Amino acid sequence: MDLNVMISYLPLYKEALLLTMRIGWEGVLIAFVIGIVGSAIQHFKIPVLRQIMSVYTELFRNTPLLVQLFFIYFALPQIGIKVSPESCGVWGVGLLGGAYMAETFRSGLENIPKIQFESAESLGMNPLQVFRYVILPQAVTSSVPGLVANVIFLLKETSVFSTVSLMDLMFTAKDLIGMYAKTIECLTLLVIFYLIMLLPVSILGTVLERRLRYAEFGD
Amino acid sequence: MQSLGIDVLFKGKNFIRLLGGLWVAVRISLISVAISIVLGLIVGVLMTSKNKVLKAIFRVYLEIVRIMPQMVLLFIVYFGTTRVFGWNLEAEVSAIFVFCFWGTAEMGDLVRGALLSIPKIQYESAMALGMNTTQVYAHVILPQTIRRLIPLSINLITRMIKTTSLVMMIGIVEVLKVAQQIIEANRRSSPNAAFGLFAVVFILYFLICWPISKLSVYMEKRWS
Amino acid sequence: MGETLVQIKNLHKEFGDKVILKNLDLDVQKGEVIVVIGPSGCGKSTLLRCLNGLEDIQGGEILVDGKPLDKKSKDISLMRQKIGMVFQSYDLFPHKTILENILLAPLKVQKRKRAEVEAEAVELLERVGLADRKNDYPRQLSGGQKQRIAIVRALVMHPEVLLLDEITAALDPEMVHEVLQVVLNLARSGSTMLIVTHEMAFAKAIADRILFLENGEIVEESRDPKKFFEKPETERAQQFLKSFEY
Repeated sequence: MDLNVMISYLPLYKEALLLTMRIGWEGVLIAFVIGIVGSAIQHFKIPVLRQIMSVYTELFRNTPLLVQLFFIYFALPQIGIKVSPESCGVWGVGLLGGAYMAETFRSGLENIPKIQFESAESLGMNPLQVFRYVILPQAVTSSVPGLVANVIFLLKETSVFSTVSLMDLMFTAKDLIGMYAKTIECLTLLVIFYLIMLLPVSILGTVLERRLRYAEFGD
Repeated sequence: MQSLGIDVLFKGKNFIRLLGGLWVAVRISLISVAISIVLGLIVGVLMTSKNKVLKAIFRVYLEIVRIMPQMVLLFIVYFGTTRVFGWNLEAEVSAIFVFCFWGTAEMGDLVRGALLSIPKIQYESAMALGMNTTQVYAHVILPQTIRRLIPLSINLITRMIKTTSLVMMIGIVEVLKVAQQIIEANRRSSPNAAFGLFAVVFILYFLICWPISKLSVYMEKRWS
Repeated sequence: MGETLVQIKNLHKEFGDKVILKNLDLDVQKGEVIVVIGPSGCGKSTLLRCLNGLEDIQGGEILVDGKPLDKKSKDISLMRQKIGMVFQSYDLFPHKTILENILLAPLKVQKRKRAEVEAEAVELLERVGLADRKNDYPRQLSGGQKQRIAIVRALVMHPEVLLLDEITAALDPEMVHEVLQVVLNLARSGSTMLIVTHEMAFAKAIADRILFLENGEIVEESRDPKKFFEKPETERAQQFLKSFEY
């Protein structure tokens, strides 16, 4: 292994990491919003929207991100919808993740005892207040393990971005291998940079889960 | 308005080729799932062991699988092993190897979880009846564990199938690659075939994965 | 008799084809403590839940202050503010501290001023002997303490009527007393209450009126609890009371 080669590659990998993280986290943010709104739609049983939501979650949970990206990036322009590689990445992760997040929140909601709804109602809260002050905070807390798993899953999925010509970590590694054939160095750097991206999330997630499990729902 | 690729789809053997590509993806995942289940059962039981070294090894193993993208693992196995060991693994073998590495960890973790979720009193009352360890596992613990595991392992199949779309990146011609090839070949006659073909690939994946995940949800509800 | 707070007229409730409440009539006067007893499944909890608009009803009507209570109407939130309820299972919000649990509804639903509500909350907490626990979370409290907080949470809304649904049924025996003591004090200070309970001694001590419910009907009604417990008039009530003897 040639350390000098690796050091000379560092700036390129750093750029790629920043791009991957930015797009990944923007996607995660969108996923989070879609998830909350979507689970609220299903919770309140809003007609039409609810059906749309369940078709959407089924479609995106049962197809690979790569296929979704190809569809957004190569197929949509054919019917006049032009998408830049970057927004394709963001929306790809966002839409895929939204479907997963919605499911996670939904099961979080389902786990809240009925008595919590009733006692909030009996205090005169309207459905929106019940959701906002009593149900949502508990649903988010009890969904944390699922949410952490989703975030890690989504950030991992960013590894397919190179297929829509985003210069992410995979793209950089592949490109450098192609040009200079320093396979070992490139792959080692690839692993290191994915560790930089994901290990903190994983550790933080574990700590958060442990803390919440300890703090919440004492009886 | 052009036909958006539907004509291309039914030209010659295109559709059959597409299905052939899908079969490659499904074949890889079925083989991988089968191996992963067997290895996962063994690894899962080992994971419940109290041996500290064993525990540490499995923890690192699980964490690698948890945070390394499968694509990175594919690259390491497909390109890396050639370099380091001079092996020239076939792409499909590399893919199955990676999916088993991943699937065994997932399955092992599921098995471990299922084993731990069985109340201690079940072990104790079985032993109180005079059963030995093997009998306890064979007659009391495993039957209960397997019931919990079947829906989860079915779920693993769909995740495998979805992940197989990555293998095109190491040169395996599966459904997405076939679609790309068809689009390329017909670029002149139907320049916007991409819509129809990628839409069809999207639907094909959905048609395979959706019933399987429904089945898994159904079994989970029925058996829990 | 004072003014009538709640009027139940011909109330009919069923689940599927099972009739839970059969054409039930009941008036609740201001300051009155009514205890509802009866075998499990007799409909007594459902009666309370209907009064709080937690159940659909299939017939009859419930009037609170002369206004009909309708689960689906826009005013249901306003109506519920007049009717406080405490449930059998500890239903405090686990993600909020004791004080936040108490303040949530007055601040968000009634839009009252924080300083005023907080002062009242602390005073009520003192009355139930839990002022020092206001910054704890529900999980740090015992079952009996949680139920006392749940009572405070209902009281701070200034309900006209308080519904208590088997509030000691899930408690360890040694905690029952501390909760019932709080309820007894409320009765003495003139609160209007509708209580469902299995604690017969408590019922005898607190009730102005006893209702014995069976199969969704009021089988016996008595304004003299002592007499009712010693010598119930109907045979069904006698049978029921006998089941508490050993």
